[in-house]
Amino acid sequence: MSEEYKDQLPLSIWEEAQKELKNNNLTKKQEKEFFDKLVETYKSSRITPGESIGVITAESFGEPGTQMTLNIFHFAGVAELNVTLGLPRLIEIFDARKEASTPSMEIYLDKEYNKDINAAKRIAALIKETKFWELAQEFSINIAKLQVEVILNKKNMRDLRITDQMLLKTLSESMKDTTVRQNKDDSIVLKPSKENTELKELYKLKEKAKETFIKGISGVTQVLPIKQNNEFVILTAGSNLKEVFKLKEVDKSRSTSNDIFEVLKALGIEAARQAIINEALKVIREQGLDVDIRHILFIADLMTASGTVKGITRSGITSDKESVLARASFETPIRHIIDASLLGEEDELTSVIENVIVNQPVPLGTGLPGLIARIKKPEAK
Amino acid sequence: MAEISKKIDRITFGLLSPEDVKKLSYVKIVTPELYDKEGYPVDGGLMDTRMGVIDPGLTCRTCGEKLKECAGHFGYIDLARPIIHVKYVRVILDLLKSTCRECGRILLDDKEIAKHKTYLDSLDKRDVISRRRRTKLIKESLKNIRKCPHCKEKQYSVKIEKPTSFMENDKRLTPIDVKTRLDKIQNLDAELLGFNTEHAKPSSTIITLLFIPPVTMRPSITLESGERSEDDLTHKLGDIVRINQRLFENINAGAPEVIVEDLWDLLQYHITTYFDNTLTDVPPARHRSGQPLKTLTERIKSKEGRFRYNLAGKRVNFAARTVVSPDPEIEFNEVGIPKQVAMDLTVPERVTQWNIERLKKFVEKGPKTYPGSNYVLRPDGRKKKITDETKEQLLEELQPGYIVERHLMDGDIAIFNRQPSLHKMSIMGHRVRVIPGRSFRLNPAVCYPYNADFDGDEMNLHIPQTEEARAEAEVLMEVQTQLISPKHGLNVIGCMEDSVSGNYLLTREMNLSKEEAINLLMNIGVNDTSKFKKFKSQVTGREIFSILLPKDLNFITKNRDDEEVIIKDGELIQGTIDSDIIGEEGGTLIRKLHKDYGEDETLRILSIIFKLGIKALEINGFTTGINDTDLEEELVNRIKQVVNDTNKEVKNLITKYHNNELDAMPSKTIEETLELMILQLLNKVRNKVGELIAENASPNNPTIIMANSGAKGNILNLAMMSALVGQQALRGRRIEKGYEGRTLSLFKKGELSPKSKGFIESAFKEGLDPTEFFFGAMTGRDSLMDTALRTPKSGYLYRRLANALQDLKIEYDYTVRDANKMIIQFKYGEDGIDVAKSEKGTINIKGLIREVTGK
Repeated sequence: MSEEYKDQLPLSIWEEAQKELKNNNLTKKQEKEFFDKLVETYKSSRITPGESIGVITAESFGEPGTQMTLNIFHFAGVAELNVTLGLPRLIEIFDARKEASTPSMEIYLDKEYNKDINAAKRIAALIKETKFWELAQEFSINIAKLQVEVILNKKNMRDLRITDQMLLKTLSESMKDTTVRQNKDDSIVLKPSKENTELKELYKLKEKAKETFIKGISGVTQVLPIKQNNEFVILTAGSNLKEVFKLKEVDKSRSTSNDIFEVLKALGIEAARQAIINEALKVIREQGLDVDIRHILFIADLMTASGTVKGITRSGITSDKESVLARASFETPIRHIIDASLLGEEDELTSVIENVIVNQPVPLGTGLPGLIARIKKPEAK
Repeated sequence: MAEISKKIDRITFGLLSPEDVKKLSYVKIVTPELYDKEGYPVDGGLMDTRMGVIDPGLTCRTCGEKLKECAGHFGYIDLARPIIHVKYVRVILDLLKSTCRECGRILLDDKEIAKHKTYLDSLDKRDVISRRRRTKLIKESLKNIRKCPHCKEKQYSVKIEKPTSFMENDKRLTPIDVKTRLDKIQNLDAELLGFNTEHAKPSSTIITLLFIPPVTMRPSITLESGERSEDDLTHKLGDIVRINQRLFENINAGAPEVIVEDLWDLLQYHITTYFDNTLTDVPPARHRSGQPLKTLTERIKSKEGRFRYNLAGKRVNFAARTVVSPDPEIEFNEVGIPKQVAMDLTVPERVTQWNIERLKKFVEKGPKTYPGSNYVLRPDGRKKKITDETKEQLLEELQPGYIVERHLMDGDIAIFNRQPSLHKMSIMGHRVRVIPGRSFRLNPAVCYPYNADFDGDEMNLHIPQTEEARAEAEVLMEVQTQLISPKHGLNVIGCMEDSVSGNYLLTREMNLSKEEAINLLMNIGVNDTSKFKKFKSQVTGREIFSILLPKDLNFITKNRDDEEVIIKDGELIQGTIDSDIIGEEGGTLIRKLHKDYGEDETLRILSIIFKLGIKALEINGFTTGINDTDLEEELVNRIKQVVNDTNKEVKNLITKYHNNELDAMPSKTIEETLELMILQLLNKVRNKVGELIAENASPNNPTIIMANSGAKGNILNLAMMSALVGQQALRGRRIEKGYEGRTLSLFKKGELSPKSKGFIESAFKEGLDPTEFFFGAMTGRDSLMDTALRTPKSGYLYRRLANALQDLKIEYDYTVRDANKMIIQFKYGEDGIDVAKSEKGTINIKGLIREVTGK
């Protein structure tokens, strides 16, 4: 019988009501009374048409913004990873910057692997971007033989599960015009194939060798397997979600990144919207502030409404406004007026600021409704 | 009040062609002279009275109106040679690059032209974004075409030579050359290049007739010496006219081309700086004093420019600003206004046959006695000041239809505001209460939404002048309508400080005699004697508190101590009232009242609860002093023990580190690990000490009372005063900065002890030693810097947010849309619930079930 109320209530409330009804035994009469009351309460707490909800949302972030800390680095919980938090992070999210200042991923593992620390460590080692210098104790240039000699750090190699053969293979593949071989004392020798190399080139070779990519996923500079709610999760510094998803051990349904554009690329716009919500929420919660989720949803929806992620900047959302005056009154007024003059743009005064400019009521709130009187024509005699 | 008789429907932007300029102008400017010998504006000069007037005595020769009535009219200068408009240099370059130097056609074949045209024609007229994108694409595609597809003429590359010259193969194109080329461009081609030829012709980017703004736009000021000082724009225009005349003369006299070209360049410079005097590669035009002139773009740009200073923000009349001071005796929704202010701010009242006698009294009293009136408005719109001379006559002619501007009186609605106006509760409607003194009075309970205090804060007051405005202020803005914040659904108005402490003490343990209790209640305005009947000879604080509550209130909640507070049938039967029940943001009771009894009743009850707290404290007596922070010797020893233990632990860690016995945490060095461990230990000390103090302190210690009731401060503050200040941290670490390897020169290099890295063992009361003081000052300064840097950052974020979101609104179908009616959300917040109207953003389903089942 509660079905008849279903379309009078939002789904989330209706579902919650169903759940609560199951826990409580209500008589038919009580159930009807309950639903009548629920619908009444819902109707009375609905938002009013004409409410300038945009400004309210802006205020709901602007006001707590003054209370947030500027301290960029914080230790995120148990992990020893640095993450940008506070006001700078919030600005970063709303700006939709292409480069996050501290990208990081949270990689969940499939059931078979997430209970075992060794499995987690193994996968973490797979993910971590390893460059040659991390495996070496010392790089030196042998001037007599005109070659670069590298003494390996065996412990690091063991930790990162890299064998000598693997290393040799990758090195010779990525170092062009260089012969790579291993001495008996385990050190590695890089010799340019060209005869009579200059010392300068040798030095360049050494520097290049240091930065040579050996294995892992590029961009991931740090990995940290930690125990979270009875399973092992890998936290990373640096983000490359698309590549991580190629690993079969990774639980693709839960793993995520704090880089919104990464999420957008790997999972699409709806996921990017959710990422904006999660990240903004994280900042707000971490700062001990209280902002209703609706405001965050609202901004995320606005930023993603066009199908791509647009920041709240003059080149993002504001540039999409139709009104010339609205754009001009924000930033760079001259440019907007010049551009408008060429196209003969028309400003139809549909939004707030233009009407403020020309001293007319704004089409919001009490300025929204118009009264039209139908005047009776005097009857012809 | 002026009615809106005409409504602006739309504004079209475009470029003025020379013909338009001529059509819109009333004067041709021919002489650089401004005034004749009598000081009268010269005909054909820049101050010509046909362009409007700025002197009170003169009338405009175009419209015949006087100063203020005539908005001014435009004029023009006929330039001897065409001039490039600086702001359109890039546009002109694009045009030159995209069209044939010979035939003026766009460098596209007919097929391509047709293709682009169909696309552009298919676009909505308002979709300028797609139009621009396509135009950009077309221009890009033309970049490397070296031969005109129409006349097969070879094309050369054109470059800009900053700021306003064009070079084609190292040969300079004069503005005349450029103009002849632009003139050749057909409308159809121009459309593909981003021109709407109906409103802007490509050739209009070259100036042949310079449009001169009216005199009213550049008024001169008369200095004290009687000298006239002209506006920057007039100066600049004077230069332009002068050079233009000389150019004319030289051309007519057949002067050598070099001289003409020099003058031409000079004219170009003057017109360029007339438009923009801040260009990087043009030396700015200056006053004789050396200060750069402020020309057209500088007038428009930036925060002080036309847009943000005059158009987006406007100045108003009927406003007042002064210092605020507290007054707990006035109601929450009242504002105390000094008589002096009340006699300047007025409310217009229309005379009717029913109020004429009342209004006559105001007129009779005049502007100098309160309550009087300042002006009378006649039905024809003439405004008459009431003076001793005019009073008699005005009284006589006063009749229905007149408007009397009477002084502000008790009960009028006023709008009260404190900057920074960060949320809508920063501007609320209050009822006027005229009081003596010179400052606005404000009930301290409404400080929180305004974020006001009384250390010199000033606030603004506005008096709405129309019925519509007054109605909106009362219905939408008055204090009781703003109890719940839309930010998080919590109350922003509640009891604070003494009133919290008072209610806490009252409901915790106070017992009063019947007489005292009745006296207390009468004091706060409860004078319904029937309520006192149930009092016995001894009355508990809870009984007194219960008197204020509605009879049918049933409510269970928890206070700060997690103790259940039970109100049954309007009786507080269990629990102590504290800031979680009646405070700001926390106040569960306030929200319950708001939901069940409405905003007006809530405000009334809250107001008497507030007063009850204060009066209860007055009976009890309440003060705090330095001896509140005295600790017993035994406790002092225990605290010392804690500190010593920690110091020892830290020492052990350091020894371990030196002996290389420490294991590094993952992805940390050993040093970082050590630091982390030490910091954790030291941070714990303050909390431990706080706990010790909380356990041992007397519950009657005023500082503890304030902390426990949530009125002000916390145990940690007390610990810092009485026991120890604790670890000072910079950026989440112990203090590191200073000398090489140490924080201060009196420590050994590499020392890691707590003391040397910002651990303050002393308490504020006993005083800090110099090193401790220094470390304390470091963190103090750091937090000052943080605040100073944060304010502009968050201000800018807020400005951007407000700008991007300002025209989003809820439509009648509950969707959220922007100004172009594009849907952002199908249902606001996915369920359409208003945060301010719900319980923290949800509907309490469990509560409803409980209500229905009666459990």
